[in-house]
Amino acid sequence: MLHEARSGHTGGSLSAVDAIVALYFHHMRHNPGNPRDPDRDRFILSKGHAVPALYATLAECGYFDVGELLTLRKINSRLQGHPANTKTPGIEVSTGSLGQGLSFGIGVALAGKLDGKDYNVYVMVGDGETDEGQIWEAAAAASHYKLDNLTALLDRNRLQIDGFTEDVMALEVASERWRAFGWNVLEVDGHNMREILDVLHKADAHKNQPTMIILHTVKGKGVSFMENRVQYHGVAPTDEEYKKAMKELDELEKKILEKYEKRKE
Amino acid sequence: MGKLINPRDVYGDTLIELGESNPNIVALDADLSKSTKTCKFCYRFPNRFFNMGIAEANMISVAAGLASCGKIPFVSTFAVFVPGRTYDQIRMSVAYSDMNVKLFSTHAGVSVGKDGVSHQMLEDLALMRVLPNMKIFIPSDPVITKKIVYLMAENKGPMYSRVGREPMEIIYDEKELEDLKIRRMLHIKDGDDLALIACGTMVKNAIEAGKELEKKGISTGIVDAWNLKPFDNHTIDKIAKKVNAILTIEEHSVIGGLGGAVAERLSETGYKGGFIRMGINDMFCESGDPRDLLEKYGLTIKHIVNQAEKMV
Ligand SMILES: Cc1ncc(C[n+]2csc(CCOP(=O)(O)OP(=O)(O)O)c2C)c(N)n1
Repeated sequence: MLHEARSGHTGGSLSAVDAIVALYFHHMRHNPGNPRDPDRDRFILSKGHAVPALYATLAECGYFDVGELLTLRKINSRLQGHPANTKTPGIEVSTGSLGQGLSFGIGVALAGKLDGKDYNVYVMVGDGETDEGQIWEAAAAASHYKLDNLTALLDRNRLQIDGFTEDVMALEVASERWRAFGWNVLEVDGHNMREILDVLHKADAHKNQPTMIILHTVKGKGVSFMENRVQYHGVAPTDEEYKKAMKELDELEKKILEKYEKRKE
Repeated sequence: MGKLINPRDVYGDTLIELGESNPNIVALDADLSKSTKTCKFCYRFPNRFFNMGIAEANMISVAAGLASCGKIPFVSTFAVFVPGRTYDQIRMSVAYSDMNVKLFSTHAGVSVGKDGVSHQMLEDLALMRVLPNMKIFIPSDPVITKKIVYLMAENKGPMYSRVGREPMEIIYDEKELEDLKIRRMLHIKDGDDLALIACGTMVKNAIEAGKELEKKGISTGIVDAWNLKPFDNHTIDKIAKKVNAILTIEEHSVIGGLGGAVAERLSETGYKGGFIRMGINDMFCESGDPRDLLEKYGLTIKHIVNQAEKMV
């Protein structure tokens, strides 16, 4: 997708995609045939630049055709460079200017409480994104209103654009910050499906507080030469990189499938 | 002088009325509910009122989230803060996302008075006018204020409205506004020599100036540009055909607001007559009594009359 578009954000999509897949395939209540179902659980990608991960997931779920993924970032496409709810089925709100998605999620969660609905709201936030003041306005508001139907997921890949988060604008100890703002804080390996699913259940069950799940992730996860490398933040793979990356990912897929088949036997 | 009513009180009371009949009406404020009068809604419907604290950016995106679930959020604070502090949130979460959010700001204009520049918003119309999907309404009296709040609740989409801090005289009776329509400015009076196109607090001044000009034998048309966006090109074209002098008057920068919008239309349609924009001339003002400020910065009835006389 990104290779075809020749632009886009590779690293932050790969760190985020496992949690997004876990949510859409194994956790959230949603209906690709009726993306506006008022009772749906909501997923909001506040770090909008990682939208390739979300588009791929939505397509695999059936919100639109997988073939459409190759139109990403091209003229006349429904798949904009950053999420656009007015164009793409399954997108809740337009993001891409960092810092706004968590606040939007609060609005959705408040509406759920007002209407007595039991849907849950999940918002994925980048770790660099939490430099934004609005995130902390939202952090305060969510706990003030005791929004236990709201879960934030922090993609803690430790990188932003200009370098490591701890060098650009230190945010440790992240868990203590969120706890101090009145959140229930849980931490997991953001690439371990079992752990992610367990923690999502815990988040849903928690009462009277919003939950922050800190996903310890690797930027560029799954592609050896991209992992933890800041230069893969906002560029698409070259032809050669694309071939290498796909080979690695195909091998990974094969390994996973073999393991799965073995387990079935 | 007629009876004075504060449009902020009208706003608060109208919100309650709307809230009684429509459970989806909710209100948000950023620790200024006593000034904006959303406090009235809060007393009546505490569960549907959200004080977001002094955190305007968050408030805008929260309102968008509420709107995405079918709520009709009215968002209020001072105009310097919304839209002033929150342009990007309005652009992304509200306008581009096309959310049914109603921004109703108070304390717009220089007539905020003694608080000074930090509280005198003179750029809000320009900011909101450049946003696709946004509609803009500027009440000129207490009666149209109520109409506008209803209209905002009953029509879908992102909308912005602003009133000042000061009470206003009544211009309209409710009957006159029965078929108020979006994209139709209000013709208060026809005139052959000159047209005064005003909005908000300046409409009353334009009417009074018009009376004096008539006494001096200048036939003066008066238009209330209560709906700045979508812009009523039709009315401007009609006026341009009829008169040889057009004056716009607004409590806003002369750049980008009503004067800017009228200038754009006139220059694109080949209008050859005189045209002057009255407003704040690209400057920050200062603290002072509202009346003294309007006097010093050139927005009184006398200023309008003088300017108009020079043009015809
Ligand atoms: C308000 C805002 N400022 C700057 C940017 C440009 N920008 C895009 S991504 C990014 C870094 C984000 O870092 P992080 O949230 O950690 O995302 P990740 O590393 O997971 O991709 C920046 C600064 C933006 N999109 N929005």
